[in-house]
Amino acid sequence: MGTGERARPVVSTSDAVIALSRFGLGARAGDLGRIAADPRGAILAELAEPGILALDTPGLLPSADALVAIEDDIARRRAMRRQDRTAAGTSDKMAHAGDGMAAEGADKADDESAADRKPKYQRPLSATIYNDEVAARLDKARQVPIGFGERLVAFWSNHFAVEIKRGQPVRGLAGAFEREAIRPHVLGRFSDMLDAVAHHPAMLLSLDNARSIGPHSPLGLRRDRGINENYGRELMELHTVGVDGGYTQADVIQVAYALSGWTVGARKAPAAERGRFVYRGRWHEPGTRTIMGKRYRDTGVGQGEAVLHDLARSPATAHHVMTQFAAAFVADQPPPVLVDALVARFRDTDGDLGAVARTLVGHDAAWSAPRDKLRAPREFLLAGQRALGTPLPTGFALRALKTLGQTPWDPPSPAGFPTDTASWLAPDALEGRLQIAELMAQRDRGDSDPRAVLADVLGAVASTDTRETVARADSRQQALALLLMSPEFQWR
Amino acid sequence: MASTGTAPRLPAVTRRGLLLGAGSAVAWAGIPRFARAAGRDPRLVVVVLRGALDGLAAVPPVGDRDYPALRTDLAIGLGGGGATRLDGFFALNDAMPATLGLYRARQALIVHAAATPYRQRSHFDGQDVLENGTTSPGGSASGWLNRAVAALPVAARVGRHEGLAVGATTPLILRGKAPTLSWTPPSFRPVGEDTRERLASLYSHTSPRLAKVFAEAEDLGRIAAADDPEKAGHGAVAAFSAPAEGMARLLAADDGPRVAAISYEGWDTHVKEGADKGRLARYLGALDAAFRAMKDGLGPAWNDTVVVAVTEFGRTAHENGSGGTDHGTATVAFLLGGAVAGGRMVAKWPGLSSARLYQDRDLAPTTDLRAVLKGVLHDHLGLSDRALAEQVFPDSASVRPLDGLLQA
Repeated sequence: MGTGERARPVVSTSDAVIALSRFGLGARAGDLGRIAADPRGAILAELAEPGILALDTPGLLPSADALVAIEDDIARRRAMRRQDRTAAGTSDKMAHAGDGMAAEGADKADDESAADRKPKYQRPLSATIYNDEVAARLDKARQVPIGFGERLVAFWSNHFAVEIKRGQPVRGLAGAFEREAIRPHVLGRFSDMLDAVAHHPAMLLSLDNARSIGPHSPLGLRRDRGINENYGRELMELHTVGVDGGYTQADVIQVAYALSGWTVGARKAPAAERGRFVYRGRWHEPGTRTIMGKRYRDTGVGQGEAVLHDLARSPATAHHVMTQFAAAFVADQPPPVLVDALVARFRDTDGDLGAVARTLVGHDAAWSAPRDKLRAPREFLLAGQRALGTPLPTGFALRALKTLGQTPWDPPSPAGFPTDTASWLAPDALEGRLQIAELMAQRDRGDSDPRAVLADVLGAVASTDTRETVARADSRQQALALLLMSPEFQWR
Repeated sequence: MASTGTAPRLPAVTRRGLLLGAGSAVAWAGIPRFARAAGRDPRLVVVVLRGALDGLAAVPPVGDRDYPALRTDLAIGLGGGGATRLDGFFALNDAMPATLGLYRARQALIVHAAATPYRQRSHFDGQDVLENGTTSPGGSASGWLNRAVAALPVAARVGRHEGLAVGATTPLILRGKAPTLSWTPPSFRPVGEDTRERLASLYSHTSPRLAKVFAEAEDLGRIAAADDPEKAGHGAVAAFSAPAEGMARLLAADDGPRVAAISYEGWDTHVKEGADKGRLARYLGALDAAFRAMKDGLGPAWNDTVVVAVTEFGRTAHENGSGGTDHGTATVAFLLGGAVAGGRMVAKWPGLSSARLYQDRDLAPTTDLRAVLKGVLHDHLGLSDRALAEQVFPDSASVRPLDGLLQA
């Protein structure tokens, strides 16, 4: 197959497997054959598909609407808890019900006597939105032909990680953040993505910049409130130049000063500001800033934007970010030749992320690296979903990801989830994978022969041992669980 | 497409609960006409043992003079214990005390040297034939038990019939036109032990890194269980019994389903079979506990119940080099319940001499498993010979239903 054209490198199903596992979300039935003739071309063609990066599931709210609704929901629930406490008289059982508990809706509650009314769990709006966002991605991950676009989204979303543990607003906004600040720029310019991230309420809330007030700003002087350097630090250490990027603690504070006043329209703000990015001059630290030797005049919001502009274009940023990029996709210790090519491309194109993505796919070193990187839990779950062809209910996926330590948008730190094998390959984690593989196999409603599924998903990459193990399993379910746990499925 | 769903937790099994769980409006099985005439309300449970149960280790033919030579570690019931005589020829593995009790109470019957028409040795294909009721893999997209339910003559057309599948999905045996419920007990979790062993073996051959980490995981598990050396087998007992008990209560309910299927995995004993104290003994013990749980859960309804336990094929007569057995042909089937004319073995024994073995390796089949199943369906549920020969087990007119398996 495909040996006729001289110009084209020799292809094999193993290249198709690499295309789908290293660059994509895993093979579904028919995928390997579909792309076998030209795996690289198939990836590039997917990237060129209109709307491939869009997530326009009906009902997903823009962040401003979501944030307003979530804050109203939090206030309403708080009021209801208070009301219930009052209704319950001296008994304050409700006080023990905790943050997640509330009585039924207020209008309904009026129809019932207080004695009949029982506290009933009602999911916070932020959790509902979060679930809807996760569900939309599970769905999208099943439908995309290869999934390189979704993998790119996941990489950048994780690079600019927001943390749902920071509270309900971030929980409810995480999905909108990805749709609004990440997806539109995955094939665009890094500086535009950085800019969109820095202006997004989810990031400003997650890394506390929303409450950062210049000590010498009008408000700072009056209220004795101060700077929060959390975002300033992570902006440099994680998002741009990296920990070895040549900055000092003084630079961190200078960046934080430059970004002071970048906040989110609060609940009591005018309607046009509520839930949106707002620059408050009265919170902004006045004066010129010097950051890594460069001076930035105080132009209000423009000062911080100028800093972002330069950070995005620092040579250290290109190296830091592209090394992570190569490591996430190809190997924990990525081939230097590949990193060099990506860094050069990043610099030469002013951080054109579409260009670097295409460079990655086009580079032989990205294909020839051994398949010895462990799929992260999310990749494992999504690949399992695609392999078995059975849609995963959101609740199941969330429980599974929690078990495996990769709850969406809940990374261990603002650095995001690790992508290296050592972080995920622990005894209890492997045990967890086995349990989830068994549950997924049990859920499977298909009729396909596991041997055929193995051929569909791993093709010639499956070893004789794996083929025999699957073929000799004592039930279809066991065969599928073993398939999902096979080294060839776990490594990519 | 059958309607399937998951019912809420036990023990509050109510019609409403099940209907809610099923996610669709379904009616309940009527009582078969002939049964109602006799004042009966029969229940049928089919237990599918996936992985090929070694019939010679579960019910050893201790009276066969060729038996001792075939097996070394696995030869049980030969003076060294491990099995208790059922009659002058067969013994029952001592891991199954409840089954022995039922046998002595004439509520258990064991068919030996039985097999489906399938003569190859693939688990998937073998289970396919066992469940689809034809003579070949892929021979039907529906299962014989579903077709049997669909063919039931009903005393009053109160509604549709319904089979109950225990597990997260409907197995082939219950798939088909007749609507089916599926139910999973909250604690129904994979036994995992067998899968674990296979995975460890795969990793040891293919990925040193995964093998090492997986071995560490195993060690952690062992440390966690180290307080109680007995624990090793208890996982299987609980995993087998919990769904059995829940299923039995559903069947016992006045308006519950009357036909159910449940599967147990873990019988593929290629290595260190452990017929006496090891792995197979633990699984047989778990199966025995599940039988007891069914009897207890069914209560008085046990008297009108037949439980049939079948497997896709048997295992080699010879023990292999790893203290285990490989895929074979004929094996045992268990019939239990108050409706069974028990306390006896049903077997046209083919013998175990080299010349008598099937392909010089397996216990030869002398009873077509379909004859057993047809006998049960005919006598217990009143299905006609014609329905059995055409719909339930297509093209099986030449396979006569076995008579007299049940109480007259």
